[in-house]
Amino acid sequence: MIRRIKVLVAKPGLDGHDRGAKVVAHALKEAGMEVVYTGLHQSVEAVVQAAVQEDADVIGLSILTGGHLAICRKLRKLLAEKGAADKLVCVGGVIPSRDFEALRALGVKGIFPGGTPLRETIEFIRENVGRTGA
Amino acid sequence: MDVARYTRDKNDRILDVELSSGIHVKPSYGPADLEAVGFDYARDLGEPGEYPFTRNLFAEGYRSREWTTRQYTGFGTPRETNERFKLMIDHGQTGLNVAFDLPTQMGLDSDHPMAEGEVGRVGMAVDSLRDFEVAFDGIDLHKVGAGLTINAVASIMLAMYQAVGEKLGFDRTKISATPQNDILKEVIGRGAWIYALDPAVKLIGDTIEYAIEAMPRTNPVSICGYHIRESGATPAQEMAYAFGIANAYIDEVVRRGYHPDQFVGRFSFNLNIFGNLWEQVAKFRAGRKVWAQNLKEKYGVKDPRNLWLRGLFAGGGSGLTKAEPENNIIRGAYYALAAALSGAQTTALCSFDEAYTIPTPRSALLSLRTCQILMEEVGMRDTVDPLAGSYFVETLTKQMEEKIREEMEDIEARGGMLACVKDGYVQRKVSRQAFEFEAALERGELVKVGVNKYATEGQHEVDLHEYNEAWAEEKLADLRDLRRTRDAAAAAAALKGLEQAAREGKNVMAPLVECCRAYATVGEMADVFRQVYGEFQEPKIF
Repeated sequence: MIRRIKVLVAKPGLDGHDRGAKVVAHALKEAGMEVVYTGLHQSVEAVVQAAVQEDADVIGLSILTGGHLAICRKLRKLLAEKGAADKLVCVGGVIPSRDFEALRALGVKGIFPGGTPLRETIEFIRENVGRTGA
Repeated sequence: MDVARYTRDKNDRILDVELSSGIHVKPSYGPADLEAVGFDYARDLGEPGEYPFTRNLFAEGYRSREWTTRQYTGFGTPRETNERFKLMIDHGQTGLNVAFDLPTQMGLDSDHPMAEGEVGRVGMAVDSLRDFEVAFDGIDLHKVGAGLTINAVASIMLAMYQAVGEKLGFDRTKISATPQNDILKEVIGRGAWIYALDPAVKLIGDTIEYAIEAMPRTNPVSICGYHIRESGATPAQEMAYAFGIANAYIDEVVRRGYHPDQFVGRFSFNLNIFGNLWEQVAKFRAGRKVWAQNLKEKYGVKDPRNLWLRGLFAGGGSGLTKAEPENNIIRGAYYALAAALSGAQTTALCSFDEAYTIPTPRSALLSLRTCQILMEEVGMRDTVDPLAGSYFVETLTKQMEEKIREEMEDIEARGGMLACVKDGYVQRKVSRQAFEFEAALERGELVKVGVNKYATEGQHEVDLHEYNEAWAEEKLADLRDLRRTRDAAAAAAALKGLEQAAREGKNVMAPLVECCRAYATVGEMADVFRQVYGEFQEPKIF
């Protein structure tokens, strides 16, 4: 039996605007994936902890505050420490295009700024899960 | 849902229009439609300025009283925010609407580990009274009222507003603050909650009670349908849920022995505008009526002025798009028109760059000008409720009234708003609707110009408001200086007094004012409540 793709949807930091995170979570579920939503006000440590515990294939961060670079820097460090650097990391929210390159350098594979069609996110995850460690 | 759903034939002729509240619009309307919905002039409409206030709260509308413009403002340190306040006031803005950064909204000091990278980012960073002294320096607090857009720690900010008023030489009974102070909508739609819900609602009761006794010009609660709609509620649900929340707060204060006539006149609402213009106008006209009737029939409110739905009608961020950001200037103008046609007392518009960042001075001024042009140039002050008597608008208003009541009854039948939010019923419903809206948009069933129709290729860059890393350092240095130089014993004693009042279940407002005067920090005061009240646990919605 093929294991369903498991996605951890997380809202790191203090921001509580989670409409986008919930919309994406609904969309991924409809697309047949298993979705775990961390809830609000998570530290990056807690997100990594949850991703390891849940054995998630994908970590999807929703960030609207402009703190995406600092958060992803920390995430990469912690994932490496936990031996979980192979997880597919995606970021959505208010992400200016000038930061895309810096995010990719931090190991963020999928970047989905506000307005990205849901199917693009779904297709990206389907195509990239399992091949991210290569 | 957002925009209306159109069914068309092959020649693009519209066969059906379904508004987001589920009402179908016909190609034309006449007297028979009014008859079909049981429209009665005296009962449903009446005169402007008279019960049930469908038409306007005031007999002459904007002739006697121009609307207040209250753009959402604040970023960086209190000094930066003070400069922006003065810029907006110099350009004719008549009220303040203070944006706080997330650490402040979450009751954390600027040096808390979770505050890292967030200090001054999406609003002004506040740690103590010292910051309010800088932010409100040179502003006449007897003349300009301040909206304080903050919820979980609104009680602390209201206390601080009183303390800063005293410090800057203003009379507590003459200053007018409007903290948002609506924790139930935070749980539904915006997420800046801290404490367990029962004590959080008790805290709101404390602020209302305090306003009755000590701050008579203050509006202690601004119930925020705005964020509920941003989370995915329909316009009818927005009103119904806001009224359900208001009823929960009224019940809390009535339990303390007050009559609603003593305080509901100081309630205000923060409501949302985007999507179909007719539905918005009908929503506000119906909403004024349903609210007045709710207060009269359910709570026995006598004074007609206390039956007013006083509101900030705000052009909503959800209507704006990241694609082709200049289109948002046009959308904002139509949202402002909808507010004017609906009889708003106060407006704020999201600025065209808000899908990217907090507004630059240029975009913030454009939003203000949009409102000013409406009021000064194109005739919105000429006459009250100009759409009254329209076969279509009156029919739609009756239908919206029906929808709002149905949603209110649904909440009542499930034990009221507090129960519905605790078990996640409302959150599940609106988040599901938000997803369905996005999916329908993606399928092209709903139209968003520049996004899924007439879309252009390529990125549209806008000038971004720049976040300055130096602000956080400045703020931290100031906080260190505060901790070193304040009277530590006085701050500790005031916090002890606060803790005691909280443990004994007493009204905490007077002890909070003492804490603010003693330069206790927001984090210290919020920590007292965290310990005594415990933190909110989110219900599972997936």
